[in-house]
Formats: sequence, structure tokens, C-alpha cells
Amino acid sequence: MSVLVDKNTRLVVQGITGSAGSFHTTQCIEYGTNVVAGVTPGKGGQSFQDSVPIYDTVKEAVEEQGADVAAIYVPPPFAADSIMEAIDAGVDLVIAITEGIPVRDMSEVKAKLADSNCRLIGPNCPGIITPDQCKIGIMPGYIHKPGKVGIVSRSGTLTYEAVYQVTNAGHGQSTCIGIGGDPINGTNHLDCIKLFNEDPDTEAIIMIGEIGGTAEEEAAAYVKEHVDKPVAAFIAGMTAPPGRRMGHAGAIVSGGKGTAAAKVEAMQEAGIAVAETPSHIAEALFRVWSP
Amino acid sequence: MASFLSFGFRKKTLLVGLEGTISPFPTMNVHEYQAAQLFRDAGVQNQNGAVALDAGEVDDALASLADAQIVVKAQIHAGGRGKGTFKDGFQGGVHLTDTKEEAKEIAGKMLGNVLVTKQTGEEGREVGAVYFTEAADIEKEYYLAIVMDRGTSQPAIIASTEGGVDIETVAEESPEKILKAFIDPALGIRPYQARQIAFGLGFRGDLFKQAVKLIGNLYKLFWEKDCSQVEINPLVTTPEGNLMALDAKVNFDSNALYRLPDIVAMRDEKEEDPKEVEASKYDLNYIALDGNVACMVNGAGLAMATMDIIKHFGGSPANFLDVGGSASEEQVEAAFQIIVSDPSVKAILVNIFGGIMKCDVIAKGIVSAAAKLNLNVPLVVRLEGTNVEEGKRILDASDLALESADSLAEAAEKIVQLAATQS
Repeated sequence: MSVLVDKNTRLVVQGITGSAGSFHTTQCIEYGTNVVAGVTPGKGGQSFQDSVPIYDTVKEAVEEQGADVAAIYVPPPFAADSIMEAIDAGVDLVIAITEGIPVRDMSEVKAKLADSNCRLIGPNCPGIITPDQCKIGIMPGYIHKPGKVGIVSRSGTLTYEAVYQVTNAGHGQSTCIGIGGDPINGTNHLDCIKLFNEDPDTEAIIMIGEIGGTAEEEAAAYVKEHVDKPVAAFIAGMTAPPGRRMGHAGAIVSGGKGTAAAKVEAMQEAGIAVAETPSHIAEALFRVWSP
Repeated sequence: MASFLSFGFRKKTLLVGLEGTISPFPTMNVHEYQAAQLFRDAGVQNQNGAVALDAGEVDDALASLADAQIVVKAQIHAGGRGKGTFKDGFQGGVHLTDTKEEAKEIAGKMLGNVLVTKQTGEEGREVGAVYFTEAADIEKEYYLAIVMDRGTSQPAIIASTEGGVDIETVAEESPEKILKAFIDPALGIRPYQARQIAFGLGFRGDLFKQAVKLIGNLYKLFWEKDCSQVEINPLVTTPEGNLMALDAKVNFDSNALYRLPDIVAMRDEKEEDPKEVEASKYDLNYIALDGNVACMVNGAGLAMATMDIIKHFGGSPANFLDVGGSASEEQVEAAFQIIVSDPSVKAILVNIFGGIMKCDVIAKGIVSAAAKLNLNVPLVVRLEGTNVEEGKRILDASDLALESADSLAEAAEKIVQLAATQS
């Protein structure tokens, strides 16, 4: 079992004919993801790798192929529009991989999301994977293994680090969600913690955060009150100088809020095992979880 | 993450933090005189001003202003100018002068001189422009800003009757003096919201009308130019009954620069670290720091974590460098070049978790860069992920003096020890 995506997921890929879109879609199909349609305006009627039908609009892909999840590989100037198109077409979940979407566009997307039942993951994220069932995004599939650990993270490669440690220790993941590093995103740590907490097949949770914002603190407060499953965490950016942006827009310390120290304190108070270094994330989990 | 288009303007910034309502975004900064011109163009009233980019422009600039007291301001992207000192000992980056002759003399001392403030660091910044404004008589000072709020994902107007002071202190000590209005991005600012702020600041009569107009125009500027923040501190009333933005701070969302050619034209590369400018050309995300262990990593989160673990083992990172999710051999080479141009670097740690990025590609980039650059500092490489065996084979087969490591912890421990033996 898993959260959000599994072997029944019917994926439509927006921007399937672009270089990033086609490369990663090929990888996802090889992994076993059920890609039922692609969308590139103007290329409707063609097919991707002679197997996936391409449509001009997401609406057609939903109507004709029953797509229920959309992945966005559209370049930043057009990405927000593509997300809105997917929301309007009625998919349940949108995974926006695109990095560099203007913040103003995302504020409009959020207004539209609020009026819908759709969930957005990302943007600027590696995507989501339920091992051996469904991979949507750019993560390397082979480091994952089916199992009981739910992982949520703002960062891409740092997530791989955690996943790999869990896998090397002989365990696996229920679902891994990359929520993305942008300051305005669709789904936050707290949302994912709730999903993992309710998922009967997720036994333990790893949360990977970064400096900036207060999402990790809010998630920690929820864990303290509502979560009995073991939780481990790592916060990147302990040594980042205040005020300097470190790649992810969200990762900045401003006005004393969102510092790594504040996040670590909130987590420890909630009984979360905090890893001291990125090499000890799985080890931290095994301090509180005996599988 | 996937890098689709290279816009090359990832910039750092330091923004006001106000109880979770003001949040940081990657931004591009402009000079005060440029922000003031944007205000004028947008109908946000401010004092008359003119800029001189060299000594030859000073007379014309001053001639366009009234014969009155003139404020002379050195234009650099750093705060604390008023209390700053020039390298030749001349005091103050902001002067109030009584005559245009005096203003000209002061400007001559600033232009081309290097100003050191508490925000510039010891090296200071060369002053490439001087901004003259007509001095304004102030009756009362206010604060007005619009920021993109992370919590609500909406623009927020922040205003206060306590202007001209540190707004964070006001927010902390007397939060009731901070007025806020959140703008629905789909609807834009509604007239009642501007009225609420204007009345809230205590404006009546003609000043009220001026305030409503100014707030509306400021929002229009904020929205149309993809600002992450516009800040006026202070907004002032004058004895003549005018409302004026006496200061202008504007930051733009780096991600939106592709649609803001007029703003991009205002970019001043002299204000940026040359290594960071060079990195942005290759779409590398580089930030110079003051340690001696350089690192090259793929992914921002892992790059930060790598800096953390270097520190954990007692070292000090010389930089943050994210080569992105799909770096080419050329980018890896450029990254090395930038790293070794920093003389304080005593050791280099490469940490790559190849997912999309293949370890053999990275290994080739390392080998060719090391050969060209004649690397003479210790190098520790930790490769993991796709094609890792092939990557390690390429490194082993080269005659590079490098050490490889199997885990990040091992790599960090090694590099810190090696850096210590170098100094």
C-alpha cells in the first residue's frame, strides 16, 4: 500500500515531447508507470514511442484515457498555465517537476487550487514514487525498494541519500514524496505527514527539511499531538549563512524564523529522531523504529 | 531539479522578516535611483531626483533639480551607506548639501571611490553612480510595503504609522501598529483595501486621496513587474500637504526576469561577486563563503547538507555550489575553474548522487578539468548512483591524485583532515 499513487494510477504527461518530458517519461514507462496519455498542444493525434497517444488538451486526455494524475514537464513560462489546465480537466493530482516558475504565477495557481479538489505536488520537485508500482518524476528508480517507510522531502538528491540508506539497511519505502524547494508549493510536510499517518502500510516516516519557512515546525507540532508512528528527520542548512539563498528559494533564514536550530528544537520536542548528519538519516530512524 | 531554460539570474538577497508574513524569494536587486524611476513611472509620488554615472554627468543632473538643499547618495546595493566610510577616509555615503556646488564636490569624492559599510564587508564596493535628490521637509513618517506572503501565497500590504525606523522592531514591540491587507491574486487590489490602509494610517481629506492612489499604483507596480518586495521607508507627508515616497526598495523575482527585459537591463554585475556572475553564465548555483573546503554537489539540498557535514567534522566550507540535476562535462569543468579561482581553497570535495546525472559523465568532467587546471589541492570524490562503477573506474584509471569515498560521512571526514594538513 501507499499514498497518492500506485499501480492503478493513470498518468497524463504534459510536455511529453519536450527534451526533459520525453526523457523522463521513457524512464517512468520502463519503471512500470501506467502512462496513458501525453499532451503537447499542436501535436494531438501523434503518439509517443508508438504507444502513448498524444492530445492537444488535458481535457481530451482525461475524457478519452481516464487520466487521473498529471505530470508537468512544461518550461517555466508556460508551467502555471499547464497546472491550471490540469486542475480544470478534473485530475485528482498534479505533479509539477518544472523548476523556475515565477512566484506571481504560483500565487494564481494557489488561488485556483483552493477552488478545486485537486492536489498539487511541487513545483520544483523530483516527483513521487511508490516503489515497484508507480514512479512519476525524475528520481532514479533503482535505489528504491517496496517497504514500510514513508519519506517526504523538500530536496531532490538529499531524498535519494535517505532512500538509499533505508534500502541499503534492508528496508523499503511505502511512498516517497518530493514536495519541492519553492516558497509557494502545493503540498507541504504537514499534508504528507497526515497522509502517511493514515496509511496502514506506512510504519515509519522520514521527513527531510531545509532552512526557511515554518513548514517543518508545523509538521513537528502535528506529530507531537497526533502521530504515534516513529518519525526521523534531517534539516539541511545548519551552517548556511543567514540571508543567503542556497539554491532553493525556500531555503533562507530570515528574521530569526525558519532557522535550522529552531526546526531541530521543535522536532526533538515532538519526539522526532533528528539525524546529526545527512549520512545518518536511516540510523536516526532505527533509533526510534524497530522493524 | 530539472533545469529547463537557463535564465542565469539566480540571485541572493536579504529581506525583512516579519512574523511569517514576509518571506524570502530569489531576487534581483536594483539601485535606489532605478527604483525611484520605476516609482515615478508607476505614479508613486516621490521627490525629484537625477543620477550621474560619471563626473561628466554631474552638472546636467544637478541642473535638472531645483535650487534647494540637495541630498547626495552613493549608489551601491548595500545598506548602511550613511554611516559608511570610503577607502580614502572620506566619511559617509549620504550627504545633505546646501548648494549645488557643494553637491558637485561631494559627488566627485564618491564617484569611483570604494565605500565600505557594515553590509559590504571589508572589501567595500566601488561607487559607479551618484543619485541627487531635492531634500524634502518632513512632517510625519510612515511605513508601506507590499510583499509576497509565503503563508497565504498572496501579496500582502504592510503599513504602519511608525515609519523611518526598523519595521521588525515595530512588529515585535507593538504589533497593533502594523496594518495588513491580503490581496487575492485573482481579483487584484480592491478599492476598499486601499481605503482601509489609508484610513488606518490616519489620512483624511486630500492626503487620503493621495494615499489611496499611491497604494493602488504601488500594487500595480508590484504585480506587473513581478516584485517579491516593494518597500517605502519612510513614506512621508510634507508641510505642503504632499505624500511622498522618500525611499524606494524594490526586489524582483528572478524566475520572472525572462518577461522583464526592462528590469534585466538594470542589472549591475559590478554589485555581484565575480565568481557568482561567472557561475550564473553556466547555470551553476554558486555562493562564495569564507571557509577553505570547497565543495561541488548536485542538488541544492544535498549541497547544503554537504556544507553541514563538513562543518560537523570541524572544517569550514569555502562555498555552496549546486551543479544541478543534469550537469554536462562543460559545466563540471566550469565549476572547477570557479572553485580554484578562490585562493583560500585548500581542498575540494565532490559529492554527487547521480540519479538523472550519470556518474561516468561527472568522472569524465573531473578528469578533464583537473588536467586542464593543474589542480594542486587535495581532492576527495564521492560518487553514488547511476553508472557509479564506470565512474569510479574512470577516476581510478586517471593519474589524478584523488581519494574516493563510499559515503558522504567518510568523504567529509577525509577532506577536513586533508584541508588541515595544507595550511
